[in-house]
Amino acid sequence: MANLHWLANPGRFLRIAAVVLPWLAAATAVLLAVGLWLALRAPQDATQGAPAKIMYMHVPSAILSMTIFGAMAFASAIALIWRHPLADIAAKASAAIGAGFTASCLITGSLWGRPSWGTFWVWDARLTSELILFFIYLGYIAIWQAIEDPQRASRAAAIVALAGSVNLPIIHYSVVWWNTLHQPPGLMQGRTDPSMAVPLLTLMGAFFLFYVTLLLWRMEREIVGRKIRQFRLLRAQA
Amino acid sequence: MTRKRQRLILVLSGLAALGLATGLTLYALRDNLVFFYSPTQVVQHEVPVENRNIRIGGLVADGSVQRPAANTIHFAITDMVNTVNVTYTGLVPNLFKEGQGVVAEGRLGPDGTFLASQVLAKHDETYMPKEVIDALKASGQWKGN
Repeated sequence: MANLHWLANPGRFLRIAAVVLPWLAAATAVLLAVGLWLALRAPQDATQGAPAKIMYMHVPSAILSMTIFGAMAFASAIALIWRHPLADIAAKASAAIGAGFTASCLITGSLWGRPSWGTFWVWDARLTSELILFFIYLGYIAIWQAIEDPQRASRAAAIVALAGSVNLPIIHYSVVWWNTLHQPPGLMQGRTDPSMAVPLLTLMGAFFLFYVTLLLWRMEREIVGRKIRQFRLLRAQA
Repeated sequence: MTRKRQRLILVLSGLAALGLATGLTLYALRDNLVFFYSPTQVVQHEVPVENRNIRIGGLVADGSVQRPAANTIHFAITDMVNTVNVTYTGLVPNLFKEGQGVVAEGRLGPDGTFLASQVLAKHDETYMPKEVIDALKASGQWKGN
């Protein structure tokens, strides 16, 4: 907890973020370029052919959509229990990014489903639970929009994030617990040839760095925004 | 410190209760959460098939595909134990072939033939370039079909 308290000072966070952000952005751009280059050069899948290349966007999007929600639930728990001043800012700043990756996962999945399965959409357990994740993201964002006082909004939103995290194991295990049209995960089981797994893992790293970069940038804006809000409130009272 | 403890216990017990409730609900609904039934479930009358659209999933049985007319296709779905014969009019997905995963939606006819209204391909989680599969086959290490 000592490190958490050291970083709890928003002013110190802003100073560190200002130094780290350009490097993070540069690293994201480099890894993304390398990953895309590797993905374009990767061989075609023997069964599915060219459409399987959509996985280089789909799988990282899917993993980030869940990782980010997990991070939001974790940050929300810290905000609720320890009242860490940056935790609810991190959770709030993550939401729109996570919703974006979820939308990307659903759209790329749909575009992949049409040529390989023969349909854009089916209501199987995996697709449905991922769509529910998207709606939970929207609900979480709506709460922050609806409640004006950040402290009250933070508590309500944190409860939504914690309750919504129940959906994460459902998404992950949906393809194991029930039969679905969606295939089970194959990356960690060695069912993906290294010629495709390496570009995929590179792009996952790039997407993750992209998330961290956007997160720090949005947290900066949120901290400054709250300062301006407090300043206005003080001036209105004076 | 004690307030933090209280909140920690509250959050953890809330999550545990919600997780338990969700788990029990999903367990109770498990028969409705499956996307398709297996041929064995259909043959052994474990699924309600009367005047109802159902989905059957499995592999396209080897040697079962026939095309008696331009747009009509007969094939069998197998789970290696039981088999259901399917008739379908329309285009099948590109991945459709013998030995490949398939999910058919439709109704079971009185003679036990499944009249499909939609046929979807189901692929597995193996991603390999053709050259690698050929090399594995050549060395006798290939485990797929």
